[in-house]
Amino acid sequence: MAAVAHPSMFASPPTASPIDLRQLDRSLRRPRTFVSYALSLLCGLLAVLAAVPLLSVLLMLIVRGGARLSLALFTELPPVAGVAGGGIGNAIIGTLLVVFIAALISIPIGVLCGVYLAEINPDGRSASVVRFCARLLTGLPSILAGVFAYGTVVLATGRFSPLAGGIALALLMLPLIVLTTEEAVRSVGQEMREAAIGMGATQTELVWQILLPTAAPGILTGILLALARGAGETAPLLFTMAFSDYWLSHRLMEPTASLAVLIFNFSKSPFENQKEIAWAASLVLVLIVLVFTVGGQALSRRARRMAGARI
Amino acid sequence: MSAMDSTRVERVEAEGIARPPTSREIAVDRCFRWATRILAGFSALLVALIVLLIAKQAIPAIRKFGFDFVTSTRWDAGKSQFGILPELFGTILSSAIGVALATVFGVAVAVFLTQQFIPRWLENLLHNVITLLAAIPSVVYGLWGIFVVIPAIRPACNWMHAHLGWIPIFGTPLVSVGMTPAGIVLAIMILPTITAVSRDAIAAVDPLMREAAFGMGATRWETILGVTLPASKRGIYGSIVLGLGRALGETMALAMLIGSTNVISPSVFSPGDTLAALLANKFPEAATPVDLGALMYAALVLLILTLLVNVAGELVLRRDVTRLRREEAVHKPPKNETVA
Repeated sequence: MAAVAHPSMFASPPTASPIDLRQLDRSLRRPRTFVSYALSLLCGLLAVLAAVPLLSVLLMLIVRGGARLSLALFTELPPVAGVAGGGIGNAIIGTLLVVFIAALISIPIGVLCGVYLAEINPDGRSASVVRFCARLLTGLPSILAGVFAYGTVVLATGRFSPLAGGIALALLMLPLIVLTTEEAVRSVGQEMREAAIGMGATQTELVWQILLPTAAPGILTGILLALARGAGETAPLLFTMAFSDYWLSHRLMEPTASLAVLIFNFSKSPFENQKEIAWAASLVLVLIVLVFTVGGQALSRRARRMAGARI
Repeated sequence: MSAMDSTRVERVEAEGIARPPTSREIAVDRCFRWATRILAGFSALLVALIVLLIAKQAIPAIRKFGFDFVTSTRWDAGKSQFGILPELFGTILSSAIGVALATVFGVAVAVFLTQQFIPRWLENLLHNVITLLAAIPSVVYGLWGIFVVIPAIRPACNWMHAHLGWIPIFGTPLVSVGMTPAGIVLAIMILPTITAVSRDAIAAVDPLMREAAFGMGATRWETILGVTLPASKRGIYGSIVLGLGRALGETMALAMLIGSTNVISPSVFSPGDTLAALLANKFPEAATPVDLGALMYAALVLLILTLLVNVAGELVLRRDVTRLRREEAVHKPPKNETVA
């Protein structure tokens, strides 16, 4: 936290200086100083403007979405065109189900993959290839994850299903989990590894009994952020899970509703009731995402504090 | 050392006889290491797997339409005529608008967050606000764009069309959906990417360089424009390329805001279409294998486009990191003891 050495701090005039002291004068009448102040102002203005969209989105969600918050919103089915009332109960359940499936797939693979990168083979050529591929996957357009799941699961099973949606979301969540797990495991103190190995622990015992428990807050942060991303994704669900106006049946392998697709469908609706439901669904979706995100950030702050305390 | 750690150490000691691993433990260890190796290999193969699968599904369409697919402007499933030139054009134009806006704002915010303009707690607050922008789902931005952005910018856009309509880029009025609202919302969505990466690059500039500039009497902005930004330009370029990669593949907000119209217009107020939006709109209703093949072909084009841009971004940033590490190794900055 180095304090800035702003020039004005050094402007106390020595008695006989070879420098022309007027050069150090910071008056707004001097063009150099004026330009500097003007640019500071412009930069601050741009930064404040950049914060406006978030406030506007949140305000709209609270005003337009909050107006429809009620018990019925959570317990009823989406309204058909032109009918009043209705809710988003099946979409909430569908979103939670598909994120759960995606988590079941991506968490084990992602965590073990991160362990490989951080511990089993940290400096190898294969590790740098895996790392590079994981970074590329974070930039994969979400719609292409949907195309992939369509090509593998939907074409093979012949139907839209939460399983296909879950695989598409898992593909998007995996790289986040891999990269955060690697970072978290890496940050465990070297002396803990050495102590464990000195006691005769194998690398497996080291990973399960020392590294993973110690790195747990960091890993959990990554998982929560990945869950947040998964819950908010719409594009890959459009043609892997599609949509349904009914409750989830016991068969599971059939088109299923989700909050994100419901918002997309109802945003194009000409009916005021459906638009209101879209806003309410957005509010619920953003709340779900924010709970994951803010929870993850709080955990990572705690993890960093703990790491700081250890050093 | 925190409480959690000390209890773990005690437990290890309690169980703990330091002893060499048994042969069973060694076998388990070997299996576990192979398991992680296989899973890591699988994750790395995923990229190749995605490319191969989409390419395989696209082969019939590639055989049938060839390169005309990229240069033709018609998309008519009824007549089995498919071309994605308008979508390519729209993808690039909307991304260009989004990246241009996001670069101006993103770099300004990054500078604002790193150059001690505001107190530390305000810096943290602004940083969190920008990070939260990335948490809002794309589809919610689409909804917000329809109900907030379009009504807000329509008067200004139509005024520009009325007075400057002779310039081709303002050649049509903004009816409702179009390139400009799509580009604005896109800019908001990639702003966190550009801000985060360029903020890291700017923060990594050696403070001695700034202090030297200040010491020579440079004003704050002479230092920023003449020293800090040039020293971090690689990271900033990298952030722009990564932002572009995100913009090219962004789907839902664009599918809702761009109008999904198969036209090529020089006007930034005209509706258009993008590759990702085309996939989102047409995939759910793809009926025949020919339709599906054409969509897979379009997906392949989008995949190659984004992969190229992302690889470029990663390479730019990686070179930056390795160069910094090398420079640090060569001359470790001496501890600055003169600052009282």
